[in-house]
Amino acid sequence: MNFRKYLILAGVTLFASTGDAMLSHGMKQTGSISIHHLQGVIFAVLNPWVAVGILLLLAFFATYTTALSWADLTYVLPATSLGYVILALVARFILHEHVSPMRWLGIALITGGVGFIAGGPEITTHPNEHNEHKDNGAARCAAGVGGVQS
Amino acid sequence: MSTLYTWSAICAIVFASVVGDVLMSRAMKQVGDVGVLRKRLGIVAVVGRTLGNPNFLLGVAAMSVAFFSLLFALSWGDVSLVAPAAASLTFIGNAIAAKIFLHEKVDRRRWIAAVLVAAGVALLAG
Repeated sequence: MNFRKYLILAGVTLFASTGDAMLSHGMKQTGSISIHHLQGVIFAVLNPWVAVGILLLLAFFATYTTALSWADLTYVLPATSLGYVILALVARFILHEHVSPMRWLGIALITGGVGFIAGGPEITTHPNEHNEHKDNGAARCAAGVGGVQS
Repeated sequence: MSTLYTWSAICAIVFASVVGDVLMSRAMKQVGDVGVLRKRLGIVAVVGRTLGNPNFLLGVAAMSVAFFSLLFALSWGDVSLVAPAAASLTFIGNAIAAKIFLHEKVDRRRWIAAVLVAAGVALLAG
């Protein structure tokens, strides 16, 4: 893991949470979409908050796929779960939704969970191959991929 | 009625997300380290190589299903319920799916992380 990779993970976190928050705000303005009036989805996309939310989620997608190209799914997901902490803070201070003590406990648990994987290796499988995780250190060096973080 | 709609949409999000994440992770491992490839081949070649991967396209399709389920769910429920509830179940589903289908070494450290994060995310939903 180098600085650039941490920056990508931070991007995943920020784009996902701000994108979701903007979508939520926009969809509340648009109102409920009925199963019988699916064209409501098209009007929803024309709402500026929804449109910006979608742009942010595209940025999330680009950073997320980049992260998956050099890290395990079970590393990337917890590592970027701090986004839910940010989402709760956005919900509380910008959308003015209520954040209870249980939710603050949830924030603490997520932060702890992220701490657990932060010190471990980011990848345990061979890139370009799925049949396996026996030792691939040499192959990965040859492929120009960084070593396992200690 | 609105609660039933919301949770149905949440279930759809979870299933589609797990399928999408696993396919996407497999696709990107096949493509290779994007940072390294970009320096060697240029960004256009990397994007082309990614978009040409069948797993990537299937993953995008699954994620689109998850995204539209999310749009529906968000119009029926609070973002602070829908996003954490769907995510919490997706974390557990993904940890299991990654071990089975991607052969990732989900060791004790990663299980603890997945469970803590899922529990934390579930509490955020409560």
